[in-house]
Amino acid sequence: MSDVMAAPRAKVEEKLFQNRYLVDAGRPHIKVKPHTTPSASLMSMVTLCPAGCYSQTEGGQVEVAADGCLECGTCRIVTRKTGEVEWNYPRGGFGVLYKFG
Amino acid sequence: MGEFNKPFDAIVVGAGPSGNACAYMMAKEGLNVLQIERGEYAGSKNVQGAILYADALEKIIPEFRDEAPLERHVIEQRMWMMDDKSHSGMHYRSDDFNEEKPNRYTILRAQFDKWFSSKVKEAGALVLYETTVTELVKDLSGKVIGVRTDRQGSPIMANVVILAEGVNGLVGQRSGLRNEVSPDSVALAVKEMHFLPRETIEARFNLSGNEGVVIEAMGTITKGMTGTGFLYTNEESISVGIGCIVSDFAETNVTPNELLEAFKNHPSIKPLLADSECKEYAAHLIPEGGYKAIPQLTGAGWIVVGDAGQFVNAVHREGSNLAMTTGRIAAETVVSLTRKREEMTAANLAEYEKRLGQSFVMKDLKKYKGIPELLHKNKGNFFGTYPKLISSAMQTWFRVDGIDKISKEKAIFRNFRETRTLWGMMGDAFKMVRAWR
Ligand SMILES: Cc1cc2nc3c(=O)[nH]c(=O)nc-3n(C[C@H](O)[C@H](O)[C@H](O)COP(=O)(O)OP(=O)(O)OC[C@H]3O[C@@H](n4cnc5c(N)ncnc54)[C@H](O)[C@@H]3O)c2cc1C
Ligand code: SF4
Repeated sequence: MSDVMAAPRAKVEEKLFQNRYLVDAGRPHIKVKPHTTPSASLMSMVTLCPAGCYSQTEGGQVEVAADGCLECGTCRIVTRKTGEVEWNYPRGGFGVLYKFG
Repeated sequence: MGEFNKPFDAIVVGAGPSGNACAYMMAKEGLNVLQIERGEYAGSKNVQGAILYADALEKIIPEFRDEAPLERHVIEQRMWMMDDKSHSGMHYRSDDFNEEKPNRYTILRAQFDKWFSSKVKEAGALVLYETTVTELVKDLSGKVIGVRTDRQGSPIMANVVILAEGVNGLVGQRSGLRNEVSPDSVALAVKEMHFLPRETIEARFNLSGNEGVVIEAMGTITKGMTGTGFLYTNEESISVGIGCIVSDFAETNVTPNELLEAFKNHPSIKPLLADSECKEYAAHLIPEGGYKAIPQLTGAGWIVVGDAGQFVNAVHREGSNLAMTTGRIAAETVVSLTRKREEMTAANLAEYEKRLGQSFVMKDLKKYKGIPELLHKNKGNFFGTYPKLISSAMQTWFRVDGIDKISKEKAIFRNFRETRTLWGMMGDAFKMVRAWR
């Protein structure tokens, strides 16, 4: 898998810069519940989130920074059984704004 | 907001193709319709390839070709089987597709949905944007009688609520009207918009005027996961994307972005995108469970249409047309009940399911009900072994290297048998044929 893995993480952030967002400052629409050890499902979001919103802290917990979220809903579906993620749509009008879709 | 004191004939949640079709048809027939969309404008949250199938829209707005923002009409379809360095496949191009009323167009959803939404308003519906429906309101008997939103303090009432909220429909799932979507019955797709001068696109794809080409691709590009890639020509841009079943992604640790990068850099794709400027990166889920994943579609005071009801034919990559058709049929059901002054009870609304059963929507989904499971269970073969075998067979056959053709045939056959037993291959072929019928 080394060929695909070579693409650096930063690239996804560069891509997100091209998108338009209206960030609802201070009201993130996705939260990870406090935990000591993340489940395998939650851990998988670190690679699975198409916007790279999930990352692992030094302590081993998984956190989310949802500003670049594309609102696909994948993390909600993947962690539904473990209940570790609290997911809502952003308030009406906020979040990603696709120009082309 | 005095207008909200009286119940609406119908509330439509969502302004994608299913919600727009439904709201338009009901408003045109004189019903008092409220449509609620969480995006700043219709389309601002929506992602599609995107191919528009004319027939479904023509049944709703016959003259749409004169005004809808359409990109190119499709005259050529390429189906590619890819391994890491090659593609083989089938191309079909016909001048017959240059007809007066073309059958398929490429579109950009953000612009298309905005246009469709303007038609809904023209037809007389009230449309609220930037408003998220947070929950359904039920009476003591459990009948849905309205919705709550994140903008209006008090609930908004209606005789019936049409849930056109898409694959990720939280309202219906949280109200327990249907099960939560499971990771093995949805695909996650990522997509980019690449801009090029229109002359460059026309030269690169051998097109003139508004002619367009679409490429659907499968093979090792999805690294053994169940999924497909696509590349569609628009007027001045190219849509390129790839999607795989979510549970497969979760197992493999390949990031969607890296998968798309690898697809874009495939030697068969890269020259098609050369020198383009990427202006958007998007992600969206696609329901892929097919017939078996369709949830309960109606109940007292509510109807589900479009992606929220899992109405996608993954084999033929049709979704927006099923969305519009289910939206239209739901509207026809509600209009006929309203005219007859009948209640929106579960029994009366079941008429929608009956009408769907007679349409191409249910017939097509039923036809392919075995495909999602077949592909998923045999993904290693369909998305790894076979594409590689086909590529190596093609190479053995086409290389002229002094080896006689009988020996080449034998080598190809041996390679197939060694990689996958004859029984295994015949079994897969048999299962495929059976699932296809
Ligand atoms: C990458 C990709 C490629 C595709 N390619 C094709 C193709 O080429 N051809 C084709 O026919 N189909 C294609 N599809 C499928 C097609 O896009 C869908 O089937 C179609 O969009 C479904 O329409 P819908 O109206 O049911 O849902 P959506 O288009 O998802 O619309 C739902 C709407 O509801 C709104 N909403 C959701 N919840 C709320 C709420 N609580 N309150 C207010 N508003 C809400 C959303 O903002 C959205 O506008 C593709 C899909 C993807 C992801
Ligand atoms: S909704 Fe999609 S883009 Fe947003 S954080 Fe979850 S997985 Fe990432």
